[in-house]
Amino acid sequence: MATQQSRSAARLMMAPAVILLLGWMLVPLTMTLWFSFRKYLPLRGGDLGWAGFDNYTRFIGSSSFWPSVQATLVIVGGVLIITVVLGIILALLLDQPMWGQGIVRILVIAPFFVMPTVSALVWKNMFMDPVNGLFAYVWKFFGAAPVEWLSQASMQSIIMIVSWQWLPFATLILLTAVQSLDSEQLEAAEMDGASFLSRFWYLILPHLARAITIVVLIQTIFLLSIFAEIFVTTGGAFGTKTLSYLIFQRVLESQNVGLGSAGGVYAIILANIVAIFLMRIVGKNLDA
Amino acid sequence: MARAVTNNRKALNTAIAWSIGLLIFFPILWTILTSFKTEAQAISNPPVFLFFDWTLENYAVVQERSNYMRFLWNSVFIAGGSTVLGLIIAVPAAWSMAFVPSKRTKDILLWMLSTKMLPAVGVLYPIYLLFIKLGLLDTRIGLTIVLMLINLPIIVWMLYTYFKEIPGEILEAARMDGASLSKEIIYVLTPMAIPGIASTLLLNFILAWNEAFWTLNLTAAKAAPLTAFIASYSSPEGLFYAKLSAASTMAIAPILIMGWFSQKQLVRGLTFGAVK
Amino acid sequence: MGSIKLSKVSKSFGDVEVIPPLDLEINDGEFVVFVGPSGCGKSTLLRLIAGLEDLTSGAIEIDGTDATNATPAKRGLAMVFQSYALYPHMSVRKNINFPLKMAGMDQAEADKRINAAAKVLNLTDYLDRRPGQLSGGQRQRVAIGRAIVREPSAFLFDEPLSNLDAALRVNMRLEICDLHKTLTTTMIYVTHDQVEAMTMADKIVVLHDGYIEQVGSPLELYERPVNKFVAGFIGSPKMNFVSGASAQKRNADSIGIRPEHLDVSAESGEWSGTVGVSEHLGSDTFLHVKLDDGSMINVRASGDLKVEYGEKIFLNPQEDRVHKFDAQGLSI
Ligand SMILES: Nc1ncnc2c1ncn2[C@@H]1O[C@H](COP(=O)(O)OP(=O)(O)OP(=O)(O)O)[C@@H](O)[C@H]1O
Ligand SMILES: [Mg+2]
Repeated sequence: MATQQSRSAARLMMAPAVILLLGWMLVPLTMTLWFSFRKYLPLRGGDLGWAGFDNYTRFIGSSSFWPSVQATLVIVGGVLIITVVLGIILALLLDQPMWGQGIVRILVIAPFFVMPTVSALVWKNMFMDPVNGLFAYVWKFFGAAPVEWLSQASMQSIIMIVSWQWLPFATLILLTAVQSLDSEQLEAAEMDGASFLSRFWYLILPHLARAITIVVLIQTIFLLSIFAEIFVTTGGAFGTKTLSYLIFQRVLESQNVGLGSAGGVYAIILANIVAIFLMRIVGKNLDA
Repeated sequence: MARAVTNNRKALNTAIAWSIGLLIFFPILWTILTSFKTEAQAISNPPVFLFFDWTLENYAVVQERSNYMRFLWNSVFIAGGSTVLGLIIAVPAAWSMAFVPSKRTKDILLWMLSTKMLPAVGVLYPIYLLFIKLGLLDTRIGLTIVLMLINLPIIVWMLYTYFKEIPGEILEAARMDGASLSKEIIYVLTPMAIPGIASTLLLNFILAWNEAFWTLNLTAAKAAPLTAFIASYSSPEGLFYAKLSAASTMAIAPILIMGWFSQKQLVRGLTFGAVK
Repeated sequence: MGSIKLSKVSKSFGDVEVIPPLDLEINDGEFVVFVGPSGCGKSTLLRLIAGLEDLTSGAIEIDGTDATNATPAKRGLAMVFQSYALYPHMSVRKNINFPLKMAGMDQAEADKRINAAAKVLNLTDYLDRRPGQLSGGQRQRVAIGRAIVREPSAFLFDEPLSNLDAALRVNMRLEICDLHKTLTTTMIYVTHDQVEAMTMADKIVVLHDGYIEQVGSPLELYERPVNKFVAGFIGSPKMNFVSGASAQKRNADSIGIRPEHLDVSAESGEWSGTVGVSEHLGSDTFLHVKLDDGSMINVRASGDLKVEYGEKIFLNPQEDRVHKFDAQGLSI
């Protein structure tokens, strides 16, 4: 379909969205790129001139850089493993016949809708507080000394909070994929005497491969930039300073914009690598 | 006999699934329950589950702190405004892509999505600076625009997938019937796409309501929404669990309800149609 | 009002030329059928006339005025789509009212027209229903109703009956013919079903790969097809083509003979063969005969012919009904 008239109308109607997003992408990106090559300290003299690749080398050379990369990888990796594994189990479970399936589904999905600052605070105070938290009570009940979660097991705590927030997402998407599995195929395999494990391994898992990839990619992109959970709980202390948080501190707390921008460029490159893989999958789907 | 076995199995499934479901939901449940306790009961040892003196006092206190209503209003304004603005811009764009596709349509769609992948922290300072220059820092309008922009790709994308399901022949029929382009969109396309538009609206409202990077970094006092209000409890004084719970409950309740309504469309919106 | 003239109209999608330049004239009040195999460009041609697609080159005149660049709305044509394309969120009444509302017609006048159309189309009892609550045939009638209230200068139909079951299709075919007789408005009707074409048309346009193979009345096409393609496409069962000795004897590269123009004999004839499957329809019997040289021939014999599977028979073509073709497939 389409005549010349409708094509020009289409171009016109697409223009606002395209122009806005183009501006939203290009303007700050260019500025970040520009700042990353400047010595720019807003509170200590402002723009102090050209810095070359100084900011880039200093950002990587700083003593906080490698720990922040490590923290990022541990958090992203930990959350991904937990959410995907539990997500598959939950999806398979929720797919079984049961009473009140709809309600269980709602219970499982709920954490996704809780705003990050709320979930971080609730976990921090009402569960992980070493004096009044529910965990402290449980530990004491079993005669153990309460753990100071956010300082002694800071990474584990953050991984746990974030996993709780993202488990619903993984479950929901994997459940959608499980439900599209051909049940006749499974029944045929069952008739052939395949055990549950071999059915899972040879039929279910390959079917879920695509959904798992998508969950991993999308979550990675969001997890790389988690902010509120760290901001509210540890403020980046106790080894929980991720790459994004480090950049945030460089830019807004120590007001070293040049350095922070160089870090930002690294973060953008990192996110783009993940995004390319995701775009491939989404793009393929567009053709179908 | 066979039936009994299935029923047994069903009962077992039910028991396991409900236990896990309740376990996952527990933090939310606990927050809601705590919001009805007194501060003393909130930290009582052993914890009280249901048998305490239910009170609405915390809600009253939170309500009274004069700003609460303003935070709430800011949240509503920003989430609602960015969603409506986004829809107004996205509907024509999605119409174009769905019904007048060209060779570049796919690339444009993917490019739009890719802007969503831009890490916010990478462009934080430029935006911060622009906001100062434009006088948008700590204004509801500024935040509305930013949230509209970060969610625009998702809105366009979701609408696009919904519009794709509407047969082009119906729009052509409208054209034959003498409808101009705007009438075609207003009288035919939009009413047919209402379910899709509604779920797009819902999901987007949720995402904007919960957004916690820009809302924390671009606001101070005037325009701060609930995300920032709640964050202010991270350095508390005195007993505050019950009040925190009450504030949290009020902040998440509307979204939980909306989320439950939109859960079916969630998958489509969050995976860009890659999982069906 | 209602004459349409295409001059040198062509259409390409990208590099693919779907319609090579063609000329066609449609007179006021005619019932014209575009027929041809799937993918030959019938819908595209109709959509060009409707204004839903741009011409790549050429010009379209409607009622003597140039409409090449006019929007669909301005052309004064109404279209009935294969999928009916009813507005699912509007009641039948609102559906039929839609074009009138778009034209800004006074509501009293519009209501009069809607009620009149509903009466003609037997829709009076369904006016308040939604399209989803109607049967296929009723939906089809609503689509037609939506077209007629506008009093267009011509109707365009794109395979309107292909979603209906066989019995309903015959009924609707009659209704549309009836409508044409009462309205006497120009109708252009697209179908790939040559039976529909033969039964409905005043004028048939046979399309093949975007080319117009022949334009003529149903009988003209049946009796004097200009080439092998038209000969094979028009008529059911299909014409038999024979080459070799029998063709050379008649100074042709190949000859065609319709199944109904073969005489069956038990003793002698031009061709001999064995009877394969025979289909007894009561009025007619269709025989699939395997000739001695291995080729198959279809024969339409009278219903009381009694033959057995494997029986040997002889066939004689009726000489004045034999079509002769040259090496290019053109009629001689
Ligand atoms: N928008 C388009 N872009 C590219 N090619 C197209 C387009 N529309 C149609 N075509 C091609 O043009 C040719 C003619 O299509 P058209 O729909 O006119 O056929 P048709 O005769 O109506 O067939 P059918 O009986 O199957 O409806 C086909 O080969 C088709 O693939
Ligand atoms: Mg067609």
